[in-house]
Amino acid sequence: MKLINQTILHRALSFPSLLLVSLVLLIAVPIEAQDSIKKIHFLVPGGAGGGWDTTARGIGEVLTKTGLIAQASYENMSGGGSGKAIAHIIETARRQNNTLMVNSTPIVLRSLKRVFPQSFRDLTPIAAVIADYGALVVRKDSKYQDWNQVVRDFRANPRKIRIAGGSVRGGMDHLVAAIAFQAAGENPKKVRYIPYDAGGKAVAGLLSGETQVLATGVGEVLELAKAGQVRILVIAAEKRVAEAPTVPTLKELGYNAIFVNWRGFFAAPGISDQRADKFAAILKKMYSTPEWEAVRSRNGWVNLYKPRAEFVTFLEDQERQMSALMKKLGFLK
Amino acid sequence: MVEGILAGAAAAFTPLNILLVFVGCFVGTFIGMLPGLGPISAIALMIPITYGFDPASGMILMAGVYYGAVFGGSTSSILINAPGVAGTVASSFDGYPLSQQGKAGKALAIAAYSSFSGGTIATVMLLVAAPALAKVSLSFQSSDYFALLVLGLTAVSAFAGKGEFLKAMMMTVLGLMLSTVGTDQSAGIQRFTFGRMDLIDGISFLLLAMASFALSEALMSVLKSGKEPAVKESDHELGSLRVTKKELVEIAPVVGRSSILGFLVGVLPGAGATIASFLAYGMERNLAPSKAKERFGKGSIRGLAAPETANNAACSGSFVPLLTLGIPGSGTTAVMLGALIAYGIQPGPRLFIDQPVVFWSVIISMYVGNVFLLVLNLPLIPYIAKLLELPRQILVPMILFFSLIGVYLVSFNTFDLIMMVFVAVVAVILRLLNYPMAPMLLGFILGGMIEDNLRRALAISDGSISFLWQRPITFSILLLTVILMALPLFRGALARFKST
Repeated sequence: MKLINQTILHRALSFPSLLLVSLVLLIAVPIEAQDSIKKIHFLVPGGAGGGWDTTARGIGEVLTKTGLIAQASYENMSGGGSGKAIAHIIETARRQNNTLMVNSTPIVLRSLKRVFPQSFRDLTPIAAVIADYGALVVRKDSKYQDWNQVVRDFRANPRKIRIAGGSVRGGMDHLVAAIAFQAAGENPKKVRYIPYDAGGKAVAGLLSGETQVLATGVGEVLELAKAGQVRILVIAAEKRVAEAPTVPTLKELGYNAIFVNWRGFFAAPGISDQRADKFAAILKKMYSTPEWEAVRSRNGWVNLYKPRAEFVTFLEDQERQMSALMKKLGFLK
Repeated sequence: MVEGILAGAAAAFTPLNILLVFVGCFVGTFIGMLPGLGPISAIALMIPITYGFDPASGMILMAGVYYGAVFGGSTSSILINAPGVAGTVASSFDGYPLSQQGKAGKALAIAAYSSFSGGTIATVMLLVAAPALAKVSLSFQSSDYFALLVLGLTAVSAFAGKGEFLKAMMMTVLGLMLSTVGTDQSAGIQRFTFGRMDLIDGISFLLLAMASFALSEALMSVLKSGKEPAVKESDHELGSLRVTKKELVEIAPVVGRSSILGFLVGVLPGAGATIASFLAYGMERNLAPSKAKERFGKGSIRGLAAPETANNAACSGSFVPLLTLGIPGSGTTAVMLGALIAYGIQPGPRLFIDQPVVFWSVIISMYVGNVFLLVLNLPLIPYIAKLLELPRQILVPMILFFSLIGVYLVSFNTFDLIMMVFVAVVAVILRLLNYPMAPMLLGFILGGMIEDNLRRALAISDGSISFLWQRPITFSILLLTVILMALPLFRGALARFKST
């Protein structure tokens, strides 16, 4: 845009045309400002202090500190398991040029369950930024030393193994457990899942002995495992994670199952491809900064950058896999 | 251990930290007074500010904000019947009638003294028994929580005066019913949402509390004729902090008992300040001599001191599972856990051994916050209480404005405003017919938790109700509940038998 303006200036140095040029500039400047991203408005579909909120505010902090953007603003809009915020960004799309909505795996699960009528297809997927992997955890004094022992006992009598999790039936933690047993050739419907209303309470339930196994994300139990309270038996990741190098993956044990809880950003529907690419590019630049490293390690996040088309393919894969699993579990018809 | 405590104290008492706790208490009190902003949001707001500080300073600031917000919440419950957080609902039961009688200053002073004493006694218990209690707290299972919550429901008896028993029970049931609206926790199915997205997450506590307490109170006072201020002019003791010796003697044992009860309930990862305050309220009513019992719900200082003490003691108690096990039992401690991890402090069994200075400075910081709050707030009470001297035509619109805005600022949902007005109008009609609102809110708060724990207990026992008598903790608590419920009947029968 700047280049074009300069050539116009060179060609039209005569006085009367200066007026016209300044008019052109007046129009051109706002267009330019609209095109490069100076500020981002983060829309958080949950309350202050939650996982989505810390992600948006952490990333906003890095982006402004490093000067990648000049200004970040935040808006919390909880309700309908993020359905409220999705409806809002779609309805007011024309005013949401600078908005990025943070979301995570539940957007896929909830749209499958028809909690809200929309799906990620109704938005502009920008990029996945961080990830947490499914983990299966036992008490430190549990008789289970490795995942194979749990599978063996499950085969003998699935009723005997009660699995705690911090989400509703059919929610993320339930699916972590279901996918792990399905990969072992068992019927995921036989998984005896006990739901708690928060991750911390599910841990307390595991430690109190009312459940034998806890299905959760690695990040949630990493510190408890370091403190020796619990033992992480296995993770549902592609490869081992740096924070817990001794914990094997399901794949290593011969069970082909992966569960990624990603967190990422979506823009309003209808924004231009260039603009969406620019958002993704800004997020990409963030990874190499020391400020990001500080925020990332402070929160124990794992980097997972999947921009634009790659993100969409990833979401479609996840949707297909989860829909099949949820059908088997009877949560979808 | 003594060295650790001393080093922790040295870290806590620096001029900067004292300034921080001062600022924290002040800011917290004001944040807490606004409906909708409780300790959780106050702390969440502070976290970004505290990143630059060292852990002790950061914790001190947060402790100040925390205690300030808890006290601020009590202030709005007591003065204008607007409990912004569930933990202060029980404080409004007797606190609001007291300020209606023109004793707002006294009520606030009692609240401040009780909170302080509760915090102090609980901190001492934390110092002595934290590691041992942490283990015990983990033996509580879902069925035990269920029993504990049912015991909490007995606090409803305080509202069942002569001829009102049935009404109180009906309102409790209404509250239990309202708590079932929204997504069912165990099955993930939507109930009673009428296909509206606004109801998927259920009715918010804040909305119901503000609409049925604050809004309906404001509307009721509009219905009354006359132009006199909310509290009669003649009550010149409005701002007076004076608590007589006799009253202090009366509440001292209440504070002692409620501190211990509050602390123990707070230690349980699945319970917390709200349940503690209801249990303490119910317990004190049951223990009170029959004359004092009559006063409950009508401005009893016992009824105010008990929940205020237990509330604060439970907050200190909730630090036991957080600091010794790394398990956050409540929303507030979950936010605190995030803040501690951000400082590179990992709460857990190793913290006590590896970093004793940090462990103790966190605990001592919390306590410093408690002390400062008392020092800071006592002189402020007369001014806060003066709020009630405002003429009604100014005070009532203010209450309407703040309660509506408070709810809206949390959800940004206009549907909530419509629902609030609807609830408030229904509440006014019910109140005109002499139905008490408090049992409804009690049933609503406890209902969700009762259902959640009961269903989990049933899922664990394969649908059998045998856990009711097979688990010793469950059985003992339920037995206690039955005895508490049957005792007045038995006494009444005995009295009749004697008189004939």
